[in-house]
Amino acid sequence: MLRIEDLTVEVAGRTVIKDLTLEVPKGETHVLFGPNGSGKSTLIKTIVGFSDYRVVKGRIYFKDRDITDMPINERIRLGIGVAFQNPPALRGVKLKDLVSGFLGRAGDELASLTRALNISNEFLERDLNVNFSGGEVKRSEILQLLAQRPEFVLIDEPDSGVDVENLERIGKVLNSYLSGSTGLLITHTGHILRYLNATKGHVIIHGTIACSGNPLRILTQILHEGYGWCEKCLLMGMRELH
Amino acid sequence: MSSDGHERASLNSSQEDRVPAPDIKEFIRGVKRWTPCPLASLPNDVAERSIQVGIKPNEDDRSGTYFQIDDVPVFHGIKRAFENRVEMTSVRQALQRHEWLKDYFWRLVDSGADEFTELAYRDWDDGYFVRILEGQKLTFPLQACLFVSTDRFNQNVHNVIVAEPGSDAQIITGCTIHPSVSRGLHVGITEIYVKRGARLTFTMVHGWAPGFDARPRTAVLLEEGATFVSNYICLSPVRSLQMYPVAYCAGEGARARFNSILYVKDRSYVDVGARVVLDGKGSRGEIVSRVVATEAAQAYLRGLLVGRREECKGHIECMGLLLSDRASIHAIPRLDAEARGVELTHEAAIGKIAREQVEYLMTRGLSKEEAEALLVRGFMDVSILGLPATLYEDIRRIVESVSRAH
Repeated sequence: MLRIEDLTVEVAGRTVIKDLTLEVPKGETHVLFGPNGSGKSTLIKTIVGFSDYRVVKGRIYFKDRDITDMPINERIRLGIGVAFQNPPALRGVKLKDLVSGFLGRAGDELASLTRALNISNEFLERDLNVNFSGGEVKRSEILQLLAQRPEFVLIDEPDSGVDVENLERIGKVLNSYLSGSTGLLITHTGHILRYLNATKGHVIIHGTIACSGNPLRILTQILHEGYGWCEKCLLMGMRELH
Repeated sequence: MSSDGHERASLNSSQEDRVPAPDIKEFIRGVKRWTPCPLASLPNDVAERSIQVGIKPNEDDRSGTYFQIDDVPVFHGIKRAFENRVEMTSVRQALQRHEWLKDYFWRLVDSGADEFTELAYRDWDDGYFVRILEGQKLTFPLQACLFVSTDRFNQNVHNVIVAEPGSDAQIITGCTIHPSVSRGLHVGITEIYVKRGARLTFTMVHGWAPGFDARPRTAVLLEEGATFVSNYICLSPVRSLQMYPVAYCAGEGARARFNSILYVKDRSYVDVGARVVLDGKGSRGEIVSRVVATEAAQAYLRGLLVGRREECKGHIECMGLLLSDRASIHAIPRLDAEARGVELTHEAAIGKIAREQVEYLMTRGLSKEEAEALLVRGFMDVSILGLPATLYEDIRRIVESVSRAH
C-alpha cells in the first residue's frame, strides 16, 4: 500500500534520510524503531508532504500512485492519516472545529470515539494544543486521526510522554482500529507494543533502515543491547532479523 | 532623497500627521430625508445592512432599540417586559425630559478637543440616550443603529449612556451605511457613566466603505466598584478610522476593559486605541486587541494605561497578523505609572501565518485556503470579548463571514 523507494531527504540543507527503502503492504501494521535523531519523524513528515522536508532522490508511492510531489491535503484525500508527536499550538482553533466541522463526523460516531479516548466536551472546546499535557496531545491527535477514517495511519510516538493509564487507553483504541487497517507507527521505547499487534518492525539508524523483522524480537534486542547493537548490524550489512 | 533618509524622515514624523484627514467641506448636511416609522417598515436594504453590524430589526433577543438614519431618529422603543426598567430615546427628547441631563452632556468629552468634536458640537444630528435604572439587570441587550443612507453625508451623533448604581446591561451599537454610499463622514460622540457597582458591556460594530471616514469619540466615567467592557469590531474597509476612547476609573475597585477585533483591508487607514486612567484605589484596566491587516492596509494599535493610585493594575495585550507585504501594523503600547505600588504590563506581538500551522491543518484534509481562513478566524477569537450567548453567536457569525471570504 505504501512503498518508499531509495529515498533521500534534506531538511535545511542537511541529509536526514538516505537511500531508504520500505514497503508496508495492505492490512499490515509496521513499527519503526530508532534512536533520537535517526530520521523517524522526518520520514513521517516527508510521507505526509511537509514543505521543509525536501525529497532529493527516490519516490514515494501510495496505492501505486506516485505521491512524492503531491500537496498534503491530496495525500490525505487518498487515504493517509497522521498523528504527530509535537503538533503546533493553534490559538482560537478549537479541537471541535476540526473534528466536527472539517472532518464532518456524525455525532454518534464522534461520541463513541471521544468516550473511548476519555475526551470531555470541555476538552473539545479548548484551543488546539495550547497548554495541552503530553497525554492530551496524544488523545487529541488520535481523535483527529481516527475521525478522518484513513486507510493508512502514520503515528509518531503514541507512547512518549503518556502515563500508563492513557497509554493503555490509546493502545486499545489503536489496536481495534488497526485490526482492519494499515499503518506505520514510530516508537522509541516500544511500550505501545504491549497493547497492539504489529506485523513487522524496522530499525532506522542514520536515516536508513538498519534491519527489519519480527517486531517483538527487535524490541527485545534493543532493550537488551541498546541501539549500539543496531549500529553494528548496519556496519555488518545484516538486514533481516527473524 | 535616499531610501535611508526617507526611512528616517518617516520615522520622525508624528503618526497623527499621516491620518488621511477628511475635508469637512466636501460633505453635505441637513438632508432630513426620513420620517419616523416602525422597525418593520424599514426598507429591506437598510434592514439587511443593519443585521450585518449586529442589529436585529425584528428585535429578537433585544430589550430595546434606537434607530437613526442620517440625521433623523426613525425609531426608538423599549419592549414591554423592560418598560420602567430602562429608558432609550433620542438625546434631544431626553434633554427636554431630564433637566439634570445637561450636566452629563459634553462633560467627559471636550467639545474643543479637535475639529471633529467641534463639528459635532456645532452641527449636531441627535443620537441615543440610554439610562438603565438603579438595580435593574437586563437579560437581553439594548441595540442602537446609526445608519448613513445618503452619499457624501456627514453624520454627527452624540450619545449619552447612564448606568445607574447596581444596574447590569449590554448595549450593542451598529454603525453602517447604505450600499449606495461610497463617501461620507461619521462622527460619534459617546459619553458613558457607569455608576457605583453597575456593570455595562458596550459592543460596537462598524461596517463602512473604502471611501468613508469615521471618528468616534468616546469617554467613560466609572464610579466605585463599576465595571465597563467595550468591544469594538470593525471588519470592513474604511478610508480612515481614528479613535482613542478613554475610561476614567475614578472609583475604588473600578474595572475597565477595551477589546478590539479588526480586519483591515484594501487601502484602509486605521488608528485605533484605548486609554484607561486608573484613579481609584485598586482599579483595573485591560486593553486587548487583535488586528489582521491585508492588501495595502495600515493599522496603528495604541494602548495607554495611566496608574495614579496604589494597588492599581493594568495590562495591554496587542496581537497583529500581517497577511500582505503591502500592509503594515504598528503596535504602540504605553504605560504611565504615577504612584508607588502601581502594576502595569504590556505584551505585543506581530507576525504572519506560520506555514507549519497551515500544513498541520492540511494533514486534516483542509485546503491551504481553508487552513489559512481557519487560522485567521481563530486569531480573531470572539471568545476574548466575554459576550453573553445571545450576542456571542451574532458576533461570531459576523467575524466568521469575513474570515471565510478572506
